[in-house]
Amino acid sequence: MDKGKNLKLPALFCKGWVVLLVVFIFSIAFSQIPRVVVSEPLSAPNGLKAYDKPNDGGSTIVLKWQIVPADTIAGNGFVGYEIFRAEHRDNDFENVGFALRGSGVYEDQTTIDGKDYYYYVSAVYPEGAAASDYIGPVQSKAQWFNLARLNVLIFTFLICFLIIWYIERAKKGEKLFIRKIAGLDAIDDAVGRATEMGRPILFSFGLSSITDVVAIAALSILSKIAKKSAEYQTKLLVPNYDPILMTAAQETVKQSYTEAGRPDLYNPTNMPFLTADQFGYAAGVDGIMLREKPGAVFWQGYFYAEALIMSETGHSIGAIQIAGTTAITQLPFFIASCDYTMIGEEMFAASCYLKPEPQMLGSLKGEDTAKAIILAIFVIIVIIGTAGALLHKSLPFLNTTFEYLYNWFIVQ
Amino acid sequence: MIWNIIGTWIAAGLTLAIFSFLYKDNPFYKFAEHLYVGVSAGFGVIYVWAFDLKPMLVDRFVAEQGIERWILLIPAILGILMFSRWIGKIGYLSRLPISFTVGIGAGLGITASIQGFLLPQIQATLLPLTTINNILLVVGVITTILYFYFSREFKGKSSYLLKLGIVFIMVSFGASFGYTVMARISLLIGRIFFLLSDWLHLI
Repeated sequence: MDKGKNLKLPALFCKGWVVLLVVFIFSIAFSQIPRVVVSEPLSAPNGLKAYDKPNDGGSTIVLKWQIVPADTIAGNGFVGYEIFRAEHRDNDFENVGFALRGSGVYEDQTTIDGKDYYYYVSAVYPEGAAASDYIGPVQSKAQWFNLARLNVLIFTFLICFLIIWYIERAKKGEKLFIRKIAGLDAIDDAVGRATEMGRPILFSFGLSSITDVVAIAALSILSKIAKKSAEYQTKLLVPNYDPILMTAAQETVKQSYTEAGRPDLYNPTNMPFLTADQFGYAAGVDGIMLREKPGAVFWQGYFYAEALIMSETGHSIGAIQIAGTTAITQLPFFIASCDYTMIGEEMFAASCYLKPEPQMLGSLKGEDTAKAIILAIFVIIVIIGTAGALLHKSLPFLNTTFEYLYNWFIVQ
Repeated sequence: MIWNIIGTWIAAGLTLAIFSFLYKDNPFYKFAEHLYVGVSAGFGVIYVWAFDLKPMLVDRFVAEQGIERWILLIPAILGILMFSRWIGKIGYLSRLPISFTVGIGAGLGITASIQGFLLPQIQATLLPLTTINNILLVVGVITTILYFYFSREFKGKSSYLLKLGIVFIMVSFGASFGYTVMARISLLIGRIFFLLSDWLHLI
């Protein structure tokens, strides 16, 4: 028995080692197995879509895809997405771009319109990359109309239609009423005052160029002033910043002097070009004002930082000053330093009042009607918005309508 | 180094000459003014040649081929026509480039204004009247637009709308005035800093 027992002990001992060995091997094996099972294969971007970019001038294809799960976890080293493109699906695809992580969209702006393209997107992981299925063929093309800017088209047509409509009515002789602007009477007073004092008149367009609409309005006002100065035989000084506007101004003054029956008084040297430098021009105009001491000064046009420098000098020499500009940032300075200021559109109305030609009258009336229409639309939308905010429980459609109308005005 | 010192002294002297205008017109100001006007006019000529005419007309005419080359003759001819003013009989031709420029400016201005100003401003003021701010904004916009409505004479009670509009305009101008004055003071500080630091080395 004992022998037998003794005989069995080594066998059991051996079996124990075998068991331990097996357990050890299995434990190592099992410890390895979870790594293989838990580690998921690198996932590729799904739902890849490719289409021509709408409302553009061509040469752009938009790619969209769903971002991979690893892209939603911060700090895992996920890099981003590489974009591959080929002209035939059997060709080698070339890398044409890269989208940063978190981005599920890419615009390929290097395409040729009308040409077929195939794409795939590859998600780039630290340990490798996973490519999506390819998509295609897709072509880019230019659109004739940018439908996202339909609102701009509608408003442009509306305003142009109204202006042309009123110009035609004015041409047919219909009397279109324009109310008088306060600063207009002051023009005659200022010219008369300069004449009585035996001093010249100074007119400046500021830094306007001929392409500024405000410069065109200023030319009409200059025409009126030139005519008066010719009648009163008062010297008119027009220092210029823009050489092309200077040419137009000389033409205008010459015409006005001729109309007043005094073409002999016209002297182009009184309308010199100073410089096309902002503060150089300001220094020059200041110098002219100090030496010539004009009795009346007209600041009509577009002005920048030089506005206060020049109008303060005009104030210091005791000139009556009449300003008119659409430069919102400079209007406060003119209001503070000048006797009369025509604010923004008042200048256009003034030029129209002085020179009531059908084109100018029609433009102003058309603009006024456009303003009235816009104001009406504006009031209606605000009422809908207010009602929507107050009655959002009982009448939820008001909020939806307001949001739709609000978004319609967005310019893309 | 010596040229830097000379340059600083010239700049400081001209700055003081321009500032002397605050006292009254004087020969120093006159000198600085004429120098400034002359130099800036001369610089303007060089600038136009170096950054407009040469790269955009001369160089491109040499470099381009085909129709893109010959199309450059159109602006060149329009530019040359401006000089016709010096020749009495054909002086009227100078009106062509002027009208061309005015037409382009006006045409581009229409869509640019509607797209850049009109529609964004309408959208920004479409607000429900649920707060004091919104009410002020909407009332301010309506009365200000009415102030610039010229086709009707506002008399009696309706004239109060215009008066309210001008109040809003003046408040906004007041704010703009203060804001710009602060910006101008920073320019003055810059000039005084140049005098005290670069020139006199006091700070």
